[in-house]
Amino acid sequence: MGRLGVNLCGIELDNPVIAASGTFGYGYEFARLYDINCLGTFSFKGTTLHARAGNALPRIADCTGGMLNAVGLQNPGVDAVIARELPRLKTVFHKPVMANVSGFSVEEYAQVSSRLAAQEQVGWLEINVSCPNVHGGGMSFGTDPAAAAEVTRAVRAVTDKPVILKLTPNVTDITAVAKACEDEGADGVSLINTVLAMRIDLQTRRPVLANVTGGLSGPAVFPLALRMVWQISQAVKIPVIGLGGVSSAEDVVEMMLAGATAVQVGAANLVRPTACRDIIEALPRTLDRLGIENIRDCIGGART
Amino acid sequence: MQQGKFTILENAPLTKRVSRLRLLGDCSAVTRPGQFADLRLDGFFLRRPFSVCDAEGDCLTLLYETAGRGTEALRRLPAGTELDVLTGLGNGYDLSRAGSAPLLVGGGTGASPLYGLAKALIAEGKAVSVILGFAGREDVFYEEEFRALGADVTVCTEDGSCGVPGFATAGMDRPYSYFYTCGSKVMMEAVCRAARTDGQLSFAVRMGCGFGACMGCTLRTAAGLKRVCKDGPVFGKEEIMWEDWV
Repeated sequence: MGRLGVNLCGIELDNPVIAASGTFGYGYEFARLYDINCLGTFSFKGTTLHARAGNALPRIADCTGGMLNAVGLQNPGVDAVIARELPRLKTVFHKPVMANVSGFSVEEYAQVSSRLAAQEQVGWLEINVSCPNVHGGGMSFGTDPAAAAEVTRAVRAVTDKPVILKLTPNVTDITAVAKACEDEGADGVSLINTVLAMRIDLQTRRPVLANVTGGLSGPAVFPLALRMVWQISQAVKIPVIGLGGVSSAEDVVEMMLAGATAVQVGAANLVRPTACRDIIEALPRTLDRLGIENIRDCIGGART
Repeated sequence: MQQGKFTILENAPLTKRVSRLRLLGDCSAVTRPGQFADLRLDGFFLRRPFSVCDAEGDCLTLLYETAGRGTEALRRLPAGTELDVLTGLGNGYDLSRAGSAPLLVGGGTGASPLYGLAKALIAEGKAVSVILGFAGREDVFYEEEFRALGADVTVCTEDGSCGVPGFATAGMDRPYSYFYTCGSKVMMEAVCRAARTDGQLSFAVRMGCGFGACMGCTLRTAAGLKRVCKDGPVFGKEEIMWEDWV
């Protein structure tokens, strides 16, 4: 393993940088700009059992230090993802990829997970129990430890591949949800998904987003995400993937000091399409400057 | 798509609300009229997308309306400022369907991509007619620039203060082989209803990334879900489901 290498739930990553689901599509758009095989891996667009058109426009709003989205899990459904997207994804990305799964019932999570886990190129399942932009699914499973546990149990039952639960920050005690997932056999947790947020147009006095509320991401949420990564890494033994506003090599190191084994980059990809590559390229000199030999040595290294 | 540094050569008002931005940089990724560029502005997280008005050599021209905090900040940037720009975004207009005498109908800053389109069509030997719709006399811009290309230009003003009184559709009662339009939803819907031929429309919506990754600008069309930034911003008249578009 090289100096940037980390082990994520039994699979080695060349580096800890993972492009976050929903900000990287299936990789094609980025593959036109750079060789995306430089990534540790990426988590492809959230997949549900049936095709979803997503929410009405506008789905996007800008804000200081970040953005709001209310895309609403637009995706072609698991059958089309397997038939069309994954074969094409394989032509641009040759490493194990992370499959992001969403659902509206425990059965749906299990069904979609089972189908995606059967695909050879899928290395990990990232179970999204934290989407704030759909009703009756997504986040409602991630705000209740018992419901998150139930989803974990159902997914655990259908695959031996690593199962990572993607958690929402929109709760009072995120560690309770993480522990419930760990107890049911989750191999890891990733956090944070977006923070429930809103903007209002001053002229029309209407919410900017047609969905009224959306999820906040970008540098504005980084300290919040870091705090939650730190809290959870104290509370569970399974690996934690840190995400939320990560935009630089320094942010990656900071997340890892807080306890993250790997780090996802989300909103930064949307404004700087080469963000992940730039961060990976900057990591060695950042480690040099900080006197860190191997990046895995800084996991959980915060002195408190 | 290409990411590059551009330097502001000129950033000057054309009217009270509309400005012209001329940028120096590598324009090689701009392959078709109707594509757009996405500008990073200091102090703003998301980029701001603008139709390409013209790309000639190393000079990229964008026309923009001051419509919010982002464009207000842009308007204040002096010549010499360096900007991070994504170019070559979007599909652009399909020129192959123009026929011999295409009609271009622009509303306000919708005139911007039609300028590059008119230039390209005229270079192909087409007899290009252009209708430019504005609110009033003081809002008119680029009338002479279109004329200098060799287009037959009609200006319409809503308040009747110059040109043909009424909306841009007031000038459409004439023969033409095909139409291209860019403007507000209301205006383009009216153009499509008045048109006697097929045509293409260019859309402006709130976008996230601008290059097809975030699904932030998906439009339902007769041909399925389309990303305005990647599959558009130009769509055929027959693809648009007006009732779905807000």
